Amino acid sequence: MNNKDWRNLGLAALGLAIAACLPLSGNGYYLTIGVTIAMYTVLATSWALFSGPTHYISLATAAFYGLGTYVVAMGIDDVPYVILLVIALGVGAIAAGLVGLATLRLSGVYFVIFTLGLAEMTRQVVTWIQSNWGGHQGNYVLTDITEEMIYWQLLAVAACVYLVGWLIGRSRLGFALKIIGNDEVVAAHSGINTARSKVILFMVSGMVAALVGAILAPRWTYIEPSMAFSPMLSFQVVIMALLGGVNRLWGPLVGVIPFTLLWEAVSISFPNQTLLLMGVAFLLIVYAIPHGFVGLIEKYNARFRGDG
Amino acid sequence: MKRRLILKLAGAMLAGSVAFSGAALAADVIKFGAVAPKTGPLAGGAVVTHWPNIKLWAAQINARGGLKLKDGQRKIEIIEYDDQTNPGETIKAVQRLVTQDKVDFLIGPYGTGFNLAVAPVFAKYGYPLIAMTAITDQIPDLAKKFPGMFFTLGSTTPIVQGVADILSELVADGKIGNKIAMVNVADAFGIELANAARPIFKAAGLDVVYDKSYPLGTQDLSPIVKGAKAASPDAFIAWSYPPDTFGLTGQAMVQGLDVKVFYTAVATSFPAYGGKFGSAANNVMGTGGVNPDDPAIKAYMKAHKEITGLDADFWASSSVYSSLQILEQAIEGVGEVDRAKVTEYIKNNSFKTILGDITFDENNNNVNFWTVGQWQDGVYQGVKAVGRDGAKEVRLKSGWK
Repeated sequence: MNNKDWRNLGLAALGLAIAACLPLSGNGYYLTIGVTIAMYTVLATSWALFSGPTHYISLATAAFYGLGTYVVAMGIDDVPYVILLVIALGVGAIAAGLVGLATLRLSGVYFVIFTLGLAEMTRQVVTWIQSNWGGHQGNYVLTDITEEMIYWQLLAVAACVYLVGWLIGRSRLGFALKIIGNDEVVAAHSGINTARSKVILFMVSGMVAALVGAILAPRWTYIEPSMAFSPMLSFQVVIMALLGGVNRLWGPLVGVIPFTLLWEAVSISFPNQTLLLMGVAFLLIVYAIPHGFVGLIEKYNARFRGDG
Repeated sequence: MKRRLILKLAGAMLAGSVAFSGAALAADVIKFGAVAPKTGPLAGGAVVTHWPNIKLWAAQINARGGLKLKDGQRKIEIIEYDDQTNPGETIKAVQRLVTQDKVDFLIGPYGTGFNLAVAPVFAKYGYPLIAMTAITDQIPDLAKKFPGMFFTLGSTTPIVQGVADILSELVADGKIGNKIAMVNVADAFGIELANAARPIFKAAGLDVVYDKSYPLGTQDLSPIVKGAKAASPDAFIAWSYPPDTFGLTGQAMVQGLDVKVFYTAVATSFPAYGGKFGSAANNVMGTGGVNPDDPAIKAYMKAHKEITGLDADFWASSSVYSSLQILEQAIEGVGEVDRAKVTEYIKNNSFKTILGDITFDENNNNVNFWTVGQWQDGVYQGVKAVGRDGAKEVRLKSGWK
């Protein structure tokens, strides 16, 4: 590690420490916004870990997130919460692994469509399992977990995701993914096991999404498949990550924060036209800053178009 | 690039905060916060059942000069937010209403899941929560955990029991056979009702000859109705949600499902149901009801139409309005804006509402409610209730003309 790395690490730790003080403000509203920002930061960053270098746009976030939520919803009465978090991680990893093995040979638009369908399919399978073997609905999550605890858990996960992302970026795996993103044929010819690399990264991002779902389950108190597997979540994660930029580890963060605040401002001022105005805001953003917040995106974009 | 965007964002937020502080002027109104869907999957139900009642209620209170408190009358103001049918947004909006808008009271959100999702936040800030559109069998647990939470719409088991009672009475009178086809939407509500129904139907001596579920959002319901028809049942019971309530009825008409009892659950009581199916809807049964001949209900429905321009539905609308009446009477009974005292008042008093007297039991539950209704000559009449008078005679379905 050189001086620059140490400096970045110090800055990250400082930022995390400041963020961790938010609940001390005693203002529940700021805390709720904090939870939203932390949740989308984790989801968008882990999404970008996979989709950034490989250019595979995944809309499966909601599938893994919902699975995590359901692990907690179904097990909370019988199994300690901490163990459920571990199970959620495992379920997310296994599901992402299976899906990855089956589908990462697809590319381009086929992959996008498949992942979109995956969330819907997972929702139907979960519902089917519940209605056939669920007996009593595992839909109530009544715990003593407070919003502060949820917030701190999300911050801890965010720290881990950044650490993992940073390590991957320095590893052979990260290098391999960059080559895959540039040209998959070249990567394969250079002796890179492309399928294995992609599946590993896909599993990381699936695990994180499942864990976030599990952490947030106590906040909803009552879990329904339509809430847990909402496709809006997948789209928002992609939009926020792209707004920030996916080629830098901190890129999604600078997309999530303004997006969340803008969404908030719009829903306060115009409660009857929120979605309409968000649509207009998207158009303006795309028009005014087509390359996202991170300056490098211009280059990325040209490259993306180049092989698309 | 970056600077331009930051400027724009700052501009948007400034505009937002100006508009927002403008809405929160006028010092001595009593402020009520309301969060429910105006967009998203549940918006269709909320704009029929939820929002018009809030508008009606506020208009009526302000028309009579406001709420009567110890220090004189004060008008009320409603601050509304759209939660986009997303529980995260609901929670955020409630937090915003409490900490930023500093509302005096909150009106419960729309739908079972959303009422449960906000319960911890209401409890944390000490706001009473009257859950007016939630149906659950977990009421004792929830009331223990959230002592300021009240339930007015009813719970699962009595709703199923109402259907079972009607069926077994018809069987006992020799009017129908005991073969039941039962289907349910595979979502929380439908699954819970179907699970509750199996043992209750069995205990009532009914024979469930067809038992199927279908996923939420199923477009083609013809195989379900076809399967039910093949089992040649005497009664068809569907624990359904609004889209499939309409879909199943449409299919039953097309295929000429010949049953003497046809029951669909949520939305059967919507005016739009009678409007869409006309005379074919005659003698269809559904969940919940009212007594439309009751003078209080008559006056309510008239005012609802006049002030909001919309027809009230024949079930949950009156429950929503009654819940608002309870809040209104409790605040006036206490005579000041004191949320803890209002919560205690709701617990310990009886309230005169358009549905009759409502008193909460030890589980903060209203145990008197309509369980089954039926379309009879263009009006949706309550035919079965727990603790409510005026139930009409059940009629048998004959054909789809």
